[in-house]
Amino acid sequence: MIENRDHSVEPGDPAPAAGREQLRSAAMRPVLETPRWWWPTVAGLAAVVVVGVVAWAVQLADGLGAAGYSDKAFWAVYEADLVAFIGVSYGGAVVSAILRLTKASWRAPLTRIAEATALVTLPIGMLFIIPHLGSPQRIWELVWPPYWNLSSPILWDFFAVSTYLLATAVFFYLPLVPDLPIGEGRLESMSPGRRRLSHLVYRTLGSRWQGRPKDRRVLEGAIGLLAIMVIPMAVSVHSVLSFAFASSSRPGYLETIFPVYFVVAALYSGVALVVVAAAGARKLFHLEAFIHPRHFVRLGFILIAFGAAYLYLTFTEYLIDGYSGTTGPAAWVRQVIVGRYWIPFWFYFVAAGVLPLALMAIRRTRTTKGVVVASSLVLFAMWVKRLVIVVPPATSPLVRSPISASGVLAGNWGTYHFTWVPISITVAATAAIPLLLLVLFRFVPILPIAEMEEIESYEEEVAEAVELLAGAEGVTPRVQGPVIPPAMASAEVASPDDTADAARGGGEPPPPRAGGGTRRPLFGKLRPGWWA
Amino acid sequence: MSSDARSAKHGQACGLPVETGATDAAGAAPVVSCGAPAESPVRIGRRNFFGKAAGGIGVIALGVLGDRLAGGVQPAAASTAATSSSSVTHQWAMVIDLRYCNGCKLCTTACQTAHYLHADQTWIDVFSMQSSTGKEYFMPRPCMMCEDPPCVPVCPVSANIRTDEGLILVDQKRCIGTRICMNCCPYQARYFNWEDPEPAPRQPFPQEPAWPVPQIKGTVGKCIACAAMLPSGKLPECIANCPMGVLYLGDLATDVAVNGLGNTVKLSTFLAENDAVKFKESYGTSPRVWYIPGHGQDIDADAAGS
Repeated sequence: MIENRDHSVEPGDPAPAAGREQLRSAAMRPVLETPRWWWPTVAGLAAVVVVGVVAWAVQLADGLGAAGYSDKAFWAVYEADLVAFIGVSYGGAVVSAILRLTKASWRAPLTRIAEATALVTLPIGMLFIIPHLGSPQRIWELVWPPYWNLSSPILWDFFAVSTYLLATAVFFYLPLVPDLPIGEGRLESMSPGRRRLSHLVYRTLGSRWQGRPKDRRVLEGAIGLLAIMVIPMAVSVHSVLSFAFASSSRPGYLETIFPVYFVVAALYSGVALVVVAAAGARKLFHLEAFIHPRHFVRLGFILIAFGAAYLYLTFTEYLIDGYSGTTGPAAWVRQVIVGRYWIPFWFYFVAAGVLPLALMAIRRTRTTKGVVVASSLVLFAMWVKRLVIVVPPATSPLVRSPISASGVLAGNWGTYHFTWVPISITVAATAAIPLLLLVLFRFVPILPIAEMEEIESYEEEVAEAVELLAGAEGVTPRVQGPVIPPAMASAEVASPDDTADAARGGGEPPPPRAGGGTRRPLFGKLRPGWWA
Repeated sequence: MSSDARSAKHGQACGLPVETGATDAAGAAPVVSCGAPAESPVRIGRRNFFGKAAGGIGVIALGVLGDRLAGGVQPAAASTAATSSSSVTHQWAMVIDLRYCNGCKLCTTACQTAHYLHADQTWIDVFSMQSSTGKEYFMPRPCMMCEDPPCVPVCPVSANIRTDEGLILVDQKRCIGTRICMNCCPYQARYFNWEDPEPAPRQPFPQEPAWPVPQIKGTVGKCIACAAMLPSGKLPECIANCPMGVLYLGDLATDVAVNGLGNTVKLSTFLAENDAVKFKESYGTSPRVWYIPGHGQDIDADAAGS
């Protein structure tokens, strides 16, 4: 184990020293300890989910009319839910894959949580196809090749989303593999029944892992490859989802901007979910030593980058359609901005367009709390925005008098009326996210132990190397810019803590990561909370 | 602009062989009545808008795959081309003479009675419109029975059918209710069964796409031009019940049209002499319903605009 070195604690550093032991126990805490709130929370969330299932049963008996649909509002809340819930799964891809590929080492404490949100929300989003269908009892036809009509965008959706689900599951699993032996060694405090189950889970999933350098290389390569693959897959999912809308002549759906528009919206809400999930996990499982305010501020900047991009896309879409003045598109834009849909649209504009930008722009609100507030707003407002995307075109009249249509607000518009059924189902799906996350983290470490330790030991080596060199030359320890090349670092310094590596099964220090240097001066003042 | 793009794409994929059947119409067979049994409906999966027109690489790959697979699974669809000119005796069409429609909606009620539909399921609807001189006129709108129907290729489970007689039907026992066909129909001619259908007594025809009575909850229904009645020489309910003789059933193969009052006309001459137009022709759907305007109506203005 790494002991806290003298240089590891900086006076005035708010972060407590986080050693290897502390990391491991914190990562396994949700698995091993049952806080008092756990069972009541899980029971409450499960009850909400049950209400949703009951609502769906009612809809099944009464028909889709029970959900407020009609021929002049044939797509509405379930389609918006489908897009929104699959959309929030994108946070996993961004935080984990993109930040991994860009070697942003600060991501490490967040990756497990981010990948877990993706793993959990994607199936929930996919399940929305069931209430969406009029005859879900025949859903098997979607997987029955003789019935397939491969020119249908809905079938493309089905393929794209299932492929992405598989990739997400593997992408969650691979970084977990080296953590499993570590976690398995800590299951003694469990009750015998649970321990047996957990041992079984851990052994089944991670039994072959020995942590040899070759194993690590292979794993590293596999994760890197998957990180590359998962990004185009994520892009394809929401692009194809948008085709289901855009492949029609309906004003408001026939938009070439839709694929990009959908993907950016998904990234935006996905990052927001990672923020909220990370904040929740930090609070509930006391991960303050690992997940820092700085994480939230960085995620906040990513968040508003997507938010601004989305605002821009919305602007261009509405401007061009509205400016064209053609009956269908212009009427639809008018209805959204000043017509019957102005409330949800302007709610989006304020809550997910302007406020997150403002919260991040003002220094006083650029805090954990500010980012969490912004993200919560984004999550809800982007769901509302999905309704604004789905409902107005679905309710717009396609057969209307050419003359009365010249006053573009005229025409026989349909109306969607919310009923308790889709609200219950949507709330149930929302409750299912924390529920499944809580259950998931009863089984797997909430922090990526191996990944964090690897980055930490590498950066410590770098720091020590710098220190040695500096000491030899009698220079004041002050380094800016790029750090010592990894090869040099490992050549100069022998790993002082073989014990920790032995625990993982390997006798060597982890291989240096090319280009893994951090962007801030490490010299002499390395804080163990490097990930802050 | 967007619709132009769409019609251009459709234009590329256009050219149904059945059209040739319409043009080499062999003279004047007297009336539409014909005792020939109905050809079993043929699924058309190959009319693949995206596979032929879309630019995206992945989309093209998928679409081409779709073509192959659909062709392999439904060989009957491919044979339509071969059979249409020779053995298919009818190519159904419709003419709507707007000059005489008084908006009584008897066509709508007759249709709903015959098919046991809810009041809001207006398979043939009558819209109140305004002519360019400000005068009100009425416009019945059945299914347009498009030659290049946007609704057919988008169904994920191939529940939409285009028969070799040119009728678009829904296999409600296969439809899973995604409603994407309702999204794609530019005429809003598709109606979903949001609740249990009206109870219907025993029907003279089996419950199949040509006579989907009673409707099935959770599936899409639409105008079928009373497909099951046509082989026995009966006019569709809306046409038979129109007191003004507005609606004509036409047959492109025999070049004849007849209305509920018994007026029989030579279809091609009738259309040409009266400057018949199609609704939203710019969408590239090639409807088989012609409108005869006569009071300054400009029924395609909306399509040109949107």
